[in-house]
Amino acid sequence: MSRVKFTRHLVRFFPDLGDSIEVEGKTVAAVVAALDEQYPGLADYIVDERGTLRRHVNIFLGRDLIHDRETLQDPVGENDQIFIFQALSGG
Amino acid sequence: MSNSTLILGTRKGLLVLRRNGQAWRIVHETFPGIPVSYAAVDPRNDTLWACADHGHWGQKLYRSHDGGATLTEVEAPKYPEDAVIYDVWADGAEKPAKVSYLWTVVPGGNDQPERLYIGTEPGGLFQSDDGGETFHLVEGLWNHPSRRQNWFGGGRDQAGACSIVVDPRDSHHLFVGVSVGGVYESLDGGRTWQGRNKGLRADFLPEPYAEYGHDPHCITASPSNPDVLWQQNHCGVFHSANGGRIWTDISQADGPVRFGFPVAADPYDDNTAWVVPGISDEKRMAVGGALCVGRTEDGGQSWTELREGLPQERCYDIVFRHALDVSGESLAFGSTTGNLFLSDNRGDSWQCLGNYFPPIYSVRFA
Repeated sequence: MSRVKFTRHLVRFFPDLGDSIEVEGKTVAAVVAALDEQYPGLADYIVDERGTLRRHVNIFLGRDLIHDRETLQDPVGENDQIFIFQALSGG
Repeated sequence: MSNSTLILGTRKGLLVLRRNGQAWRIVHETFPGIPVSYAAVDPRNDTLWACADHGHWGQKLYRSHDGGATLTEVEAPKYPEDAVIYDVWADGAEKPAKVSYLWTVVPGGNDQPERLYIGTEPGGLFQSDDGGETFHLVEGLWNHPSRRQNWFGGGRDQAGACSIVVDPRDSHHLFVGVSVGGVYESLDGGRTWQGRNKGLRADFLPEPYAEYGHDPHCITASPSNPDVLWQQNHCGVFHSANGGRIWTDISQADGPVRFGFPVAADPYDDNTAWVVPGISDEKRMAVGGALCVGRTEDGGQSWTELREGLPQERCYDIVFRHALDVSGESLAFGSTTGNLFLSDNRGDSWQCLGNYFPPIYSVRFA
C-alpha cells in the first residue's frame, strides 16, 4: 500500500479527504483510480478526460516528480509516499 | 425572466444580486476565488447553471435548484476518446480534444424540457437530454468538414462554441457561433449543419469574404422575430433579416460601434439591439476612454450612443461577450474592470451598481 497526501486546496471540494490515505496501486494511474473509488469525482480534479495529469497539477513520488504526465505509468512501490499538489499560480 | 435578479459570473466566483427598491444587494456569493465563466437560470424550471474554470482542477459544472443558495457539481462534458483537434499553432497536428473552457449553457426548446446545450472550447457543442445529468458531443457540428482548416483560437488557444441560439418557434432550428470558425445553422436538431457566413468580413484572413474562418463573438436572435439575427463580430456589427442567409455590416462609419464582444436584442422590437463598443482589436478598451452603449432602433441603419451615467474619462472597461443582458425595459452589463451598470429605461441612462466587483465574465437577468 502506498500513502497519498494531498494539497489542502482539494479539501475544499472533498471535505472528507483525509490528511493521508493508504491505497493500492502498482502505478500512479492505478493509485489515482483507487482514490477515485474512495472519493468519486476526485480523479477528474487530478487528470483530464484522457487521463493526462492536469497542466498545473504535480505529483511527487517520494521526492521526485513523476516522469509520465501523459499516462501516469510511473511504478509505485510498497510503502511509497505520493504527494498531489497544484501549482502556486493564480491572481 | 424578471429584472430583479442578476447572476454574475466573475473571476472570483458566482454572485447573485437582488433588487430591493432602488438598491441592489448581493444575496449569494459562491465559489469565492474561483473563476465562473458563465452562469444563468433556465427559465423553464428555474435551475441555475454555473460553469467554473478551476484552472488547476479543470472545468466544472454546477447546478442549483434554490437560486444559487446551494450548488451541486454535476459531471462536465467530456470529449469522446477518439475526438481530436487540429492544432493550427502546431501545423495542424492532431491532438486529443479536451474540454478547456465552458463558454455558455443554453436551454433547449420549451417542448424539450430536459434538453440543454453547452458550448465549449475547443469548439464542441454538447447536448443533454436528461436535464444535465449527462452530455454528449453533437457530432454533426464537430465533424463538419470546415473544422479542420478553419477553426482556431483567436486570442485563446483553440476555437470556442461561444453562442448558441435556439429558435423559439422550432427547437430543431439552431445556430452556433464558433469563435473562430464562423456561424453554423442546423434545421434538424443538430444532426447536420450549414455554414451561414455570407456577407461577413474577416479582415484578418487573406480572403476576407471566405466561406469559413469568421469570428462571431456573439450572436443573438430577436425574440419577437427570430429570423432577425444580430452579431457582434470581431470585425464589426452584423445584421441578418433572413435567418443568417445574408449578413450586412451595420457598424458605424464614423462612430464607436464596430468592435466589441456582446450584443443584446430587444425582446419585443426586432429593429432594436444594443452593443458595448470597444476600441479596435489591438487595444480592447473603451473608445476614447469614454464608455458608451450603442443602441439601434432601425435595424442597424443608425446608432444612438448612450452615455448618461457611464464614465467618460480614463475608462478602460471592456465588456465580454456574455456580460450584457436585457429584460423588458432593463439592461445590465459588467466589465473586466469590475464595474456593473444597470438601466431601467432601455439604456437612456445608467446606474452604477458597484465598482469593486472582480472582472465580470457574464451577466444574466433571472
